[in-house]
Amino acid sequence: MQYFLQNLVNGLQWGSFYALVAIGYSMVYGILMLFNFAHGDIFMVGAYIGFFTATGLVALAAVGNIILPSWVIITLTMLIAMFLNAFVGMAVERIGYRPLRDAPRASAAITGLMIGIILETGNLALLGASRRAFPPLIKPVTYNISGVFITNQKILIIVVALSLTFMLHLFIRHTKWGMAMRAMAYDFVITPLMGVPLNTIIALTFAIGSALAAAAGVLFGIAYPVLGPYMGIIIGWKAFVAAILGGRGSILGSAAAGFLLGFIEIFVVMIFPSTMRDFIAYSIILLILTFLPNGFFGEPYSARLRL
Amino acid sequence: MLLSVENLKSSYGKIKALHGINFHIDEGEVVCIIGANGAGKSTTLMSISRMQSVEPGSKMTFMGKNLLDYPADKVVSKLGISHVPEGRRLFGNLTVMENIILSAFARKDKKAVRNDIERVFSIFPRLEERKTQKAGTLSGGEQQMLAVGRAFISARKLMLLDEPSMGLAPLLMLNVFDALKQINKEGTAILLVEQNARMALQFSQRGYVLETGNIIIEGKSEYLLNSPDVKKAYLGA
Ligand SMILES: Nc1ncnc2c1ncn2[C@@H]1O[C@H](COP(=O)(O)OP(=O)(O)O)[C@@H](O)[C@H]1O
Ligand SMILES: [Mg+2]
Repeated sequence: MQYFLQNLVNGLQWGSFYALVAIGYSMVYGILMLFNFAHGDIFMVGAYIGFFTATGLVALAAVGNIILPSWVIITLTMLIAMFLNAFVGMAVERIGYRPLRDAPRASAAITGLMIGIILETGNLALLGASRRAFPPLIKPVTYNISGVFITNQKILIIVVALSLTFMLHLFIRHTKWGMAMRAMAYDFVITPLMGVPLNTIIALTFAIGSALAAAAGVLFGIAYPVLGPYMGIIIGWKAFVAAILGGRGSILGSAAAGFLLGFIEIFVVMIFPSTMRDFIAYSIILLILTFLPNGFFGEPYSARLRL
Repeated sequence: MLLSVENLKSSYGKIKALHGINFHIDEGEVVCIIGANGAGKSTTLMSISRMQSVEPGSKMTFMGKNLLDYPADKVVSKLGISHVPEGRRLFGNLTVMENIILSAFARKDKKAVRNDIERVFSIFPRLEERKTQKAGTLSGGEQQMLAVGRAFISARKLMLLDEPSMGLAPLLMLNVFDALKQINKEGTAILLVEQNARMALQFSQRGYVLETGNIIIEGKSEYLLNSPDVKKAYLGA
């Protein structure tokens, strides 16, 4: 039982990254019917922005001889990385996708792949091949809750991921911007007739998705402090799987699927050798999708109405 | 003159939908465009609301401003032209109230918006009863009420209406047209497009007859109602 609970906690942490990245995929798909294949690399850029911010803050504190409590550094790193990465996402949309708004979806999809490659190799060209070590921001403390070991770091990751997801959910439900996003997901072309500026809402969508990806990047850096230019690829692909599994365009659905992916991967390793993790985990997911072709919360067929 | 349209041309690829039409609307007027299916009525309205691109040489002026300088959302929020599209096009995944709130997206005058929402609910009490219901679950009549209410809130100098009578039982249709009459009395000019020519001509002061992208007859609605050509082709008499 303890073993099970332990893995549950580990799965929650592991799923947090998938969930936060999957939401960005899902939001963009919901509105533009576009798979933003650059999103995994936007996550990578967010992690790097977090790395530079955190390193800078630590250095600044050292120079100024100020003792910054770690929660201040973490909060600042998180907010700055989210803020700056929002602009990265908006730039990707503005430069990469907007000129192809009316092009065939396949062109937009390969645009995403190309932007992804550009971000990866741009990073390589700019920073070189050496990997970066995320500065330790949090002094690890392990709590033993009746035999289940939980670190403060895990708690941080899980709590931040869950609260960001929940806040976004409230935003989408209750603000006029959220309503505009849902309206565009239903009937894109007609939305301007309500006085809604489409490009602003699309930019906002990319900004939010990229900010969440940056949050995931910072959390990832805290948990696995080695960053590399290709770190976004696998996480990006798996988050993409979560976005589809959750039901295209459903925020809570893709977050839930992200956590499910985390659980499945962790629980597979409970039973099988870890080299077989993804082989078995993704065979299971393939099977799930066979029975639930629309994902958990997806609509059977979302016909986008055209004028 | 509120709106003047000159030499309006529009096409879908190689298909020419409008061949350079001319018409105008005065302040506070109710004007209709009648014509058979495929005549170009919807294309005309969509050109005005900038949902449909127009060809070079087309000229549209609204209250002295060049309409072509404004993108679709600004036609609503800056110029004050609302558009009830063909088939209503409500956001079926949003509630009635959310559809209404969304239609005020660009408005900054929060207090006036609240009054307008109350006004809509007093014109269409049915909508208030169904506030929390998804718009997709409304009956046809209720959907048309919401479509009109939404337009009323989004902008109010000119309202473009694309076949509001379509699919409505006669009694509901009268209901909707009564509401439109009230809205017009309060100062909103109306451009109504209809296949239901009799209804449209009875409701309006002036009318244009559109046939395959050309305006072939125009005049006072009374005159058109009694014109033998219009009677024969559009009034089934
Ligand atoms: N999306 C479209 N693609 C191609 N042709 C279209 C499209 N919409 C309308 N048309 C054509 O343009 C002409 C005018 O259509 P429309 O403005 O919808 O007429 P109406 O509203 O009077 O029925 C018709 O010949 C129609 O077939
Ligand atoms: Mg039509």
